[in-house]
Amino acid sequence: MNKIYGSAAEALEGVLSDGMLIAAGGFGLCGIPELLLQAIKENGAKDLTFASNNAGVDDFGIGILLQTRQVKKMISSYVGENAEFMRQYLSGELELEFNPQGTLAERMRAGGAGIPGFYTKTGVGTQIAEGKEVKQFNGEDYILEEGIFADLSIVKAWKADDTGNLVFRKTARNFNPPAAMCGKVCIVEVEEIVPRGSLDPDHIHLPGIYVHRIIQGEHEKRIEKVTTRKREEA
Amino acid sequence: MPWDRDQMAARAAEELEDGMYVNLGIGIPTLVANYVGDKDITLQSENGMLGMGPFPFEGEEDPDLINAGKQTITELSRTAYFDSAMSFGMIRGGKIAAAILGAMEVAENGDLANWMIPGKLVKGMGGAMDLVAGVRKVIVVMDHQNKAGESKLLKECTLPLTGKGVVDRIITNLGVLDVVEGGLKIVECADGVTEDELRAATDATIV
Repeated sequence: MNKIYGSAAEALEGVLSDGMLIAAGGFGLCGIPELLLQAIKENGAKDLTFASNNAGVDDFGIGILLQTRQVKKMISSYVGENAEFMRQYLSGELELEFNPQGTLAERMRAGGAGIPGFYTKTGVGTQIAEGKEVKQFNGEDYILEEGIFADLSIVKAWKADDTGNLVFRKTARNFNPPAAMCGKVCIVEVEEIVPRGSLDPDHIHLPGIYVHRIIQGEHEKRIEKVTTRKREEA
Repeated sequence: MPWDRDQMAARAAEELEDGMYVNLGIGIPTLVANYVGDKDITLQSENGMLGMGPFPFEGEEDPDLINAGKQTITELSRTAYFDSAMSFGMIRGGKIAAAILGAMEVAENGDLANWMIPGKLVKGMGGAMDLVAGVRKVIVVMDHQNKAGESKLLKECTLPLTGKGVVDRIITNLGVLDVVEGGLKIVECADGVTEDELRAATDATIV
């Protein structure tokens, strides 16, 4: 079965629709599915909910979909880098559900693993626990968090083979595997598609069973905060 | 003379022992890495890395290699990468020996507030709630008082909590305090700061 599509727009055909819950990989601007986000913008699908650790910046990442008002709700742990996000949130145009970062990652992983809920210590006694079931284990309180079952997953990997086996690169892996796992359909964008057999089976980070559609393209890979050190004088 | 930022970081580095896996927060905690000396410390970055190296040289930045503060960094020979679910699995699972982080308020029962001020722009808690709930020892490094001169060590936190009863040790510009039964216990005073001065600057109960 062919999983390779010619473009991000083609890969979204028949799977993207208004009102969807989309799980997106990436941390900050690192490892985000930038080509698929651009294609969602061009597609125009609206009232979307994104489970994504961050919301991009004003003109990159999910930020481009905020500008076009295609996002109804964000489920995120940190949105501090996006001024348009804050404007829409404070004016009530955008819903926001803060999740602790590890809880968000585990909610995605759990959804992908068929686990509808799990108990965690994270957030006990804080605003995050409000309205959630509390249960004691070994004398300590834990709160119930629910798995995320997304309609669509959009992720970025470094390499894919034509069966969808994925390899990520350095810290660009981040939320991509759990995001990929929790969607009914997962589309991945990669820098390189290689023939089956050319990736070492022992070095696959995410097996192709989680991947339904693959596209390859040029990535800008913008850096949010370039930080360097001075070279010592020889 | 109270400690400056670097002296606080140096004091915090004394908390770290050979072989520890440690997570450092943003701000003064980041400086702690400069003072670990020849101790064998592995730094975790919660976006999916153990063995975080220094900032890259100019021109050698890699967009695929950043820390949890979104800054470009480098890898070391010991480095391992993993996804966010595993990263927070090791945090929640108590595998990380210590987290050193900043705070807005700490209460005498170990409550910590460092993620939001009501009425101000809320950016989100990121990984802070997971870290303070899961890491074995939570060390706060912060100024003893806020800009208005009020104690940040309180009987009860006034801001929304990041974690309840999670702080073990507090290192401020005035000294080091532990969270114990009944309040805070002075471990040491900064050079030139007397115990009376430290008490006078602290709202929390000192036992």
